[in-house]
Amino acid sequence: MFSAFRIIVARDLLLAMRRRSDVLTTLFFFIIVVSLFPLGIGPELDTLRLIAPGVFWVAALLASMLALEKLFFVDYQDGALEQMLLAPQPLSILVLGKVLAHWLVTGLPLVLLSPLLGLQYDLSTATIGVMMLTLLIGTPALSLIGAIGAALTLGIRGGGVLVSLLVLPLYIPVLIFGAGAVEAEVSGLGGAGHLSMLGAILLLSALAAPLATAAALRISAE
Amino acid sequence: MLEVVNLQCTRGDRCLFSGIGFTVGEGELLYLYGHNGSGKTTLMRTLCGLVAPTDGEVRWKDLPIRKQRDEYAAELLYLGHKNGLKDDLTGVENLLVACRLAGVPVKEDEAWKVLEQMGLRGHEDLPARVLSQGQQKRVALARLLLSEAPLWILDEPFVGLDVAAVALLEAVLAEHVARGGMVVLTTHQEVALTSGKVKKLRLGWKEDGCV
Repeated sequence: MFSAFRIIVARDLLLAMRRRSDVLTTLFFFIIVVSLFPLGIGPELDTLRLIAPGVFWVAALLASMLALEKLFFVDYQDGALEQMLLAPQPLSILVLGKVLAHWLVTGLPLVLLSPLLGLQYDLSTATIGVMMLTLLIGTPALSLIGAIGAALTLGIRGGGVLVSLLVLPLYIPVLIFGAGAVEAEVSGLGGAGHLSMLGAILLLSALAAPLATAAALRISAE
Repeated sequence: MLEVVNLQCTRGDRCLFSGIGFTVGEGELLYLYGHNGSGKTTLMRTLCGLVAPTDGEVRWKDLPIRKQRDEYAAELLYLGHKNGLKDDLTGVENLLVACRLAGVPVKEDEAWKVLEQMGLRGHEDLPARVLSQGQQKRVALARLLLSEAPLWILDEPFVGLDVAAVALLEAVLAEHVARGGMVVLTTHQEVALTSGKVKKLRLGWKEDGCV
């Protein structure tokens, strides 16, 4: 069971390495959206510090959405998905592998890059640390939840728009607790409560989302 | 043994087939034929469990396949219209991933050897996207040579193959059947199978030769 998980993760990472443009699109989208706000609002440091958590989180949400479309679509098109459905391991394990590989190439780079982007908003080191932590916990949850939407809209024409409508409402709790943790930390209230909620969302989605995604894939592939 | 009981499948309002029943035992080959759109592919996907039948059931070793999905999957090899190859992986990588995912532990030198047997010498480490249709099909079919699954379900495996590859595939199928394996096959080409028992099943409402 674990070997199938490893095979899928290794395969998808290798594919991502061979086709770097897909990965870089998401990353550059995040960088550009986050960088647009200081340019548009001007050098009002107080305002920028105030809006930073929200801007980072909304940008991460949208970047995650952007990457979702590709998650199962190529496998669906070339028939690899059929073979995954017929593999003698639980499909949810393979889904978890795919989501992990997807997060490693589209989510983790955002987390690692956020300190650099935080400088544009004059964030303190402590705030940047909390921001990174929330993104580190929150973005895998986004990938997991998004996978359900991607699986449900597989093979539907114009699925890209539909997936946004399906998934964005489900992203709202992650947005609230992710941005909330950073704001609470900045205002001195301490973001521990928000972080715990974010962790709970991650755990819950790690348990439930692969099962839901597997069921959705079986329906979509029929 | 694969057993199909009173199978029915509808797509929307249209009934593709109904009342289908047959068995495929050890050392038997079932040859499905019928005109375009007669439901051959849907029937094969139903046999694999990819499509749920509207009525009836598919049994493997006397148990319905939906009750033993993983056990059945371990004994089944399905190759559909789509080859399941990743464009950006090489022939060897594709073969290794496909086999290992299906639970067959294959070493890299075995994969090289099998691809050479399939007539892909010198093309093993090219990405699949630069291979021709026939060569891609050969990479996909190379799995047959490494598979230990008793039941093969092959949807149009001969499409795009040249004469030599058709002969090779016929030999591989004959050997599998001779070893006691089972094959369910569709094709529009005449295939000669020398060993084992060949069963035929016609789908669709048109008589042979009608357009």
